Amino acid sequence: MISIQEHDFDVGAEYNALIANDTAAGAVVTFVGRVRDLNLGRDVLGLHLEHYPGMTEKSLQEIVAEAQSRWSILRYTIIHRIGDLHLGDNIVFVGVTSAHREEAFKAADFLMDYLKTRAPFWKKELTKAGSVWIESQEKDERAAKRW
Amino acid sequence: MISVLFFAQLREQLQCEKLTLELPAGSSVTALREQLIALNPAWLTFLTSDKLLFSVNQTLVKTSHLIHDGDEVAFFPPVTGG
Repeated sequence: MISIQEHDFDVGAEYNALIANDTAAGAVVTFVGRVRDLNLGRDVLGLHLEHYPGMTEKSLQEIVAEAQSRWSILRYTIIHRIGDLHLGDNIVFVGVTSAHREEAFKAADFLMDYLKTRAPFWKKELTKAGSVWIESQEKDERAAKRW
Repeated sequence: MISVLFFAQLREQLQCEKLTLELPAGSSVTALREQLIALNPAWLTFLTSDKLLFSVNQTLVKTSHLIHDGDEVAFFPPVTGG
């Protein structure tokens, strides 16, 4: 399941949906990304998240297809929030189930690395000094190249 | 007729979210960029940034990619989601 949404998500509910009526999934890996208070030395008050409607969903589907070609994924959920977010708010949820933990860990790691470098989302930070678009980071590109 | 979309800081720098224009058959993304700069010389700095990404019909492409009538092209800065 892929969802781009303004509203928050419930991690417990998403976990339950991933495992409901599935006793083959021996491993569940979930990741949640949140708005943190300090980024590159700037005091962050919140974020605005912009995306490219249509391409966002398409690119996430392609990223999932790539992950499915590499690992035996039973179920997956990707939720990415858009719009105005506050400190501590959830931004992104990635959940993967598989028979064994290695595949679930790797697939979730891969999905996040590819999401961060290929899916058309842009963050604008609201700081005490004003708002600033976040620059892409070399480390994220390096992380994506591992795969 | 093709449509061109701009996102994030590039949209703010150009003060333009979307435009449509006629493009000669067989034009590449590079040719489109040159035409946009010819129409709006002030866009030169922003459109020639070597970090920009390009998509055609919502798939990332290289600047050599050929654009066809009816395509949706987008120019945007490196993505920063997650």
